[in-house]
Amino acid sequence: MAKLKVEVITGERVVYEADDVDMVVVPGAEGTIGILPRHAPLISLLSMGEMRIRKGNGEESLAVFGGFIEVAHNVVRVLADTAERAEEIDIARAEAARQRAQARLQERTAEIDRARAEAAFRRSLVRLHVARKRRARAGLGAVGGSLEQPQVTG
Amino acid sequence: MPQAVTPREIRRRIRSIRNTAQITRAMEMVAASKMRRAQQQVVAARPYADRIRAMIGDLAAMTSPAEEIRNFPLLAKRPIRRVQVIMITSDRGLAGALNTNLIRRAVEFMMHERPEPLEHFDIVAVGRKGRDWLVRYGWPMVAEFTRISDHPSIEVIRPIAEIASADFVSGRVDAVFVIYTHFINTLRQEPRVLQLLPVEPPEGVGEIADYIFEPSPVAVLQALLPRFIEVQLYRTLLEAVASEHSARMVAMRNATQNALDLVGELTLTYNKARQAQITREVSEIAAGANALGSVQA
Repeated sequence: MAKLKVEVITGERVVYEADDVDMVVVPGAEGTIGILPRHAPLISLLSMGEMRIRKGNGEESLAVFGGFIEVAHNVVRVLADTAERAEEIDIARAEAARQRAQARLQERTAEIDRARAEAAFRRSLVRLHVARKRRARAGLGAVGGSLEQPQVTG
Repeated sequence: MPQAVTPREIRRRIRSIRNTAQITRAMEMVAASKMRRAQQQVVAARPYADRIRAMIGDLAAMTSPAEEIRNFPLLAKRPIRRVQVIMITSDRGLAGALNTNLIRRAVEFMMHERPEPLEHFDIVAVGRKGRDWLVRYGWPMVAEFTRISDHPSIEVIRPIAEIASADFVSGRVDAVFVIYTHFINTLRQEPRVLQLLPVEPPEGVGEIADYIFEPSPVAVLQALLPRFIEVQLYRTLLEAVASEHSARMVAMRNATQNALDLVGELTLTYNKARQAQITREVSEIAAGANALGSVQA
């Protein structure tokens, strides 16, 4: 069966690259989008959330925050505003961000601060979800997919 | 006539110049490694930029009717009467003629190449050297961004892009230009002017004519434009950073060479002075011995 080539790139770097993927699930702006090989050509906006990449029996997750997805000829390209692999996420930091945002949401603050705190809150939840899922998977054993892409951090 | 320099003083100067050479050599090596990193960043940023560019080109070509495209706020072409310039310099000096060249180019642009008649122009300063210069000579600066990291993330340019886009969309300015130092190679960098706004969509290649768009082609294009502005701005900043470090590397290499040349010259002078001193002492001793000899005789 045909496989998918997957690239997740941001303005700074290539975050993820693989060419033997069976399924991708991304948070589309209009709802979750699942992509299997031979998907019709598509360009969609992304919202923030978990991106799941399945290879054989293994699955891994990335946190993506806005951007675009382009699908054509079994190539899936995610052009994210920001994207992080599960192992790059600092759980303690995300947790601290969540608490900060939550505290700010409980205060009565100006509308714009509220919107920013809400966005920060949602971002921290996505990060925590993705990072914890990886931990849970690691606890259960194999994590699917190889991660040989070298890191070019900014 | 000043008193002849003593060998001891010359030796002290040699030592001090050697120390300077050591420092400039260290700075050269630091700059070289930062330059390599900056070049890697430029390369790493390319895939995203290329895709965004290609998608914009195709979408702008296919979205119809064409008037709808021209009415996009970030694409609006108006007669240019009001201009904003984003001037990218380095935070630190000791980089040869880098900032001087850039500022000279900016002045040239603002004084001689600006659109006429000009009703208004203002400047966004990126980098402390440019900012200081603008303040000293009283240019109309509307925003400043200093203390830019040696390996800036794309977040750094988001507020800059926001200012430019907001001023353009509100009609405060009709065009935004970036003046930055383009990195050609280690030995050559040149100041360049790039039009950031209005966005000029690149040529489409028509790859995506039969795609499904969610929510719609227009919505996707609308979301792509701000990213395209960021990508372009980010590239100019990365080029400027790479240019800064390579200019500094070359300047420091020259400084090291000059210092070593100077040490060579001074060593020669030192040896001559030492020789002269020994000769003088020997002849004094000989003269003394002779004098003594003639008394005894």
